[in-house]
Amino acid sequence: MRTGVFYENFQNEEQLWNSPVKRLWMLAFICALLTLPFWGTQYILAMACIVGIHVIATFGLNLTTGNAGLISLSHGAFLGVGCYTVAYLGKLGVPFYVTIPIAGFLTAMLGVIVGLPSLKVKGIYLAIATLAAHFILSFVFREWTPVTGGVQGTTIPRANLFGYQLMGDKDNFYLIYFLAIVLGIAARNLGRTYIGRAFVAVRDRDISAEILGVNLLKTKLLAFATGAFYAGVAGGVLGYFYGAIVPDYFSLTLSIFYLAAVIVGGLGSVLGSIFGALFMTFVPEALRLLSNASSHWFPNAAGLVLPMGQVVFGLLIIIFLVFEPHGLTANWRRVKRYFHLWPFKT
Amino acid sequence: MTGIVSTPIAANESAQITGLSLTVEGVDLRFGGIHALRNVSFKAKAGEVTAVIGPNGAGKTSVFNTISGFYRPNAGTVHLGDEDITKVPVHARAKRGLARTFQNIALFHGLSVLENIKLGGHHTMHAGVFSALVYSKSMQEKELALREEVERRVIDFLELDHIRHQSVDVLPYGLQKRVELARALAMRPRVLMLDEPVAGMNREETEDMARFILDVQEEWGVTVLLVEHDMGMVMDISSHVVVLNFGQVIATGTPAEVRSHPQVIEAYLGAEEAH
Amino acid sequence: MIEFAEYSLLGLLSGGVMALIALSFVLIYKGTGVVNFAVGEVMMLGAYLYYAAAVTFELPPVVAFLISIGVISILAMIVERTVLRPLSGQPAVAVMMATIGMSSIMHGTIETIWGGDTYQPPGLLPRTPVFLGEVLIPGAVLGNFAIAAILIGGFLAFFRYSKTGIALRATASDPVTAATLGININFATRLTWMLAGSVGTVAGVLIASSAGLAPSLSGAALGVFAAIILGGMDSVLGAIVASLILGWVESISAGYLGGKSRDVIPYVVVLLILVVRPYGIFGTRTIERL
Repeated sequence: MRTGVFYENFQNEEQLWNSPVKRLWMLAFICALLTLPFWGTQYILAMACIVGIHVIATFGLNLTTGNAGLISLSHGAFLGVGCYTVAYLGKLGVPFYVTIPIAGFLTAMLGVIVGLPSLKVKGIYLAIATLAAHFILSFVFREWTPVTGGVQGTTIPRANLFGYQLMGDKDNFYLIYFLAIVLGIAARNLGRTYIGRAFVAVRDRDISAEILGVNLLKTKLLAFATGAFYAGVAGGVLGYFYGAIVPDYFSLTLSIFYLAAVIVGGLGSVLGSIFGALFMTFVPEALRLLSNASSHWFPNAAGLVLPMGQVVFGLLIIIFLVFEPHGLTANWRRVKRYFHLWPFKT
Repeated sequence: MTGIVSTPIAANESAQITGLSLTVEGVDLRFGGIHALRNVSFKAKAGEVTAVIGPNGAGKTSVFNTISGFYRPNAGTVHLGDEDITKVPVHARAKRGLARTFQNIALFHGLSVLENIKLGGHHTMHAGVFSALVYSKSMQEKELALREEVERRVIDFLELDHIRHQSVDVLPYGLQKRVELARALAMRPRVLMLDEPVAGMNREETEDMARFILDVQEEWGVTVLLVEHDMGMVMDISSHVVVLNFGQVIATGTPAEVRSHPQVIEAYLGAEEAH
Repeated sequence: MIEFAEYSLLGLLSGGVMALIALSFVLIYKGTGVVNFAVGEVMMLGAYLYYAAAVTFELPPVVAFLISIGVISILAMIVERTVLRPLSGQPAVAVMMATIGMSSIMHGTIETIWGGDTYQPPGLLPRTPVFLGEVLIPGAVLGNFAIAAILIGGFLAFFRYSKTGIALRATASDPVTAATLGININFATRLTWMLAGSVGTVAGVLIASSAGLAPSLSGAALGVFAAIILGGMDSVLGAIVASLILGWVESISAGYLGGKSRDVIPYVVVLLILVVRPYGIFGTRTIERL
């Protein structure tokens, strides 16, 4: 039970982990994370890598859609852009610490282009624009065979660190989580600056925001670009992790998956992105296990995983929108509050 | 209306006159078939409180929106000090010193009181997205400087320190209006436009707000342009009144002059002093 | 030249059926302000239900048709009650995301129950090809267009002249006032959804009869978004005109640029329109009250 934390100057209050308790928990978490390859099974390690990739992508979408309120249905395709960039440059021998940033920036530029319609329209029109962008990009993935390998897909050479090849889940784990931690902190930093506040202002009341001096177009484009950057990076590490991809992976379902992650986790919160990505990654996993277990009675259950996944994603979106619009973060806060105040009730 | 601390005065010598004058000249505004404003001209003198009054639908909010830049007038100009701002985009008017509150509260629900007010200082922040992402030294310094300024100049001044971290949507109406005023003040305004600042407030809240407005004008020397229906408050705190009806200016002058102007009385049809 | 005429005519005719899907969308948008992302899936579900009734239960086609319309109407009512009513206070973005969720649920359910294979539901119309001069038109296409045209004409008349139609328009434009005038707005909203669902089903059945029934059918509806944007989201007339134009554009580009371009052309058009004339040809430009 905490009695309270008292600050002596504004600087201390504005810190990200502004109390000894928070710092301790964060340290414990980081330690557990960094040692995971040693105490976790192969399965847990692989799942952790996938969660990490989704977390990075969700950070990005949460900035664009959660904070700035710009619905983006092209996030899945942006991951594809990042992945193909890494694949193409990797085959030319460019090291990963160059390809990943390039993937990020290239996708960010694409994000700016996709966001341009927001100059004149918002809400539904913008969503449809992102939908159109998604399909155009999908088309490019399938048809631009010399670069993307066409419908067959392409392979991605393993990441190379001065001769040491990052092979296997353990190496990729550290790469993914290094990026996830850095980018997560960056996202939180953004939130406590004037840019992060401007995002939320644009979402809540863009007219007021304009009066206060917020340049709407620049801010919206920045929101798109930043979200796309994260997607590009996520796509890049996805490529290094899987080693091979096909264009079908970057489908509209993937975009909806990330949208669900943002809603389930909690719009606009970095913690929410983590919860959402974690939760969403285990949904298809749970379905897969369920279908394996029930293959006894339903022999073709395995083929149902994908469509059932779609049903569950949709259900999650609706259930959370109706019953828990602030996502799992709201639940988390309630639990925390209970423990902070215990043994008092309010 | 009694209880106001001081009678309105032109910004005195001890306060730095930072306010600019606001001049609206020959503004004509049409929406399709509706002629919202006809040849509207008036001047709000630097450092003084000017009120714009008129019956509902007279065009007061249209005037404000034109000054803010949301409407481009079909004819006429708007000058901030000596600068013609008629064609300046909305978001560029903030750094020229134009601040405004809204009739219906326009706070950002996803943010706390402090964050809302900090947004007032948005146009003073220039650091770039990379500095923000890594929270560089320079970003840190700018953010802290903003925090200090907001706390000392605005939050203390408007007595909002006890609720600074609360989410704005749980605040009572009167406090929300005060937060909106605080946000406008954080813009370092030279002209402050208040659109019905005491609408829906009880007597006590109205007196508080009136006191704050006068304090702002006196201590900071800001020009205040006010749209209001509460006649008592208008007469007590403004030094100059502009009366609109059907999109036209029908009278200007001191409160006393305007109150006894026959056309004004006619426009209000007997509802001269609302309180 | 004959080729051009053939492509043009085919395009216009298929555009006519697309217009039904667009109509389904516009009905809901005009009637309730909800942006229905699931418009393609509703259409598809209707088609699958028709197939189930006609083939699996071996009912005569017309009966199957009516049953599928009935079931979709009931589903529409349920959705309106359970999903949209609780969300009515929330920003438009939330409702839009709910319809995105709905589309995902429907798509997944359809694939789960019926799988990914293509089925051939029985046609309602004769299949003999028709010769217009020297141009060959498959009979189904012409028939589909005819039905679509009749329906659309019917709807335009309904909204213009019938008491219920006017009541629906009133509810859409100002629910509170409509309620005070004695219009049962809950009923009006439900009716709007039912009508939209029915129209979508008709479109689905028509398209499936000629093109085959598969989960990819909902993809056809995505081209409809382009039509909706082009025509203006709240204009029935705009939706129709835009669908015809887009049907024509798609057909011409498929004919001259190859079938694959059909996948991408509507979306390029959408982006262009959004940048140049976002409210479409006939849409009303919304002016926000400050």
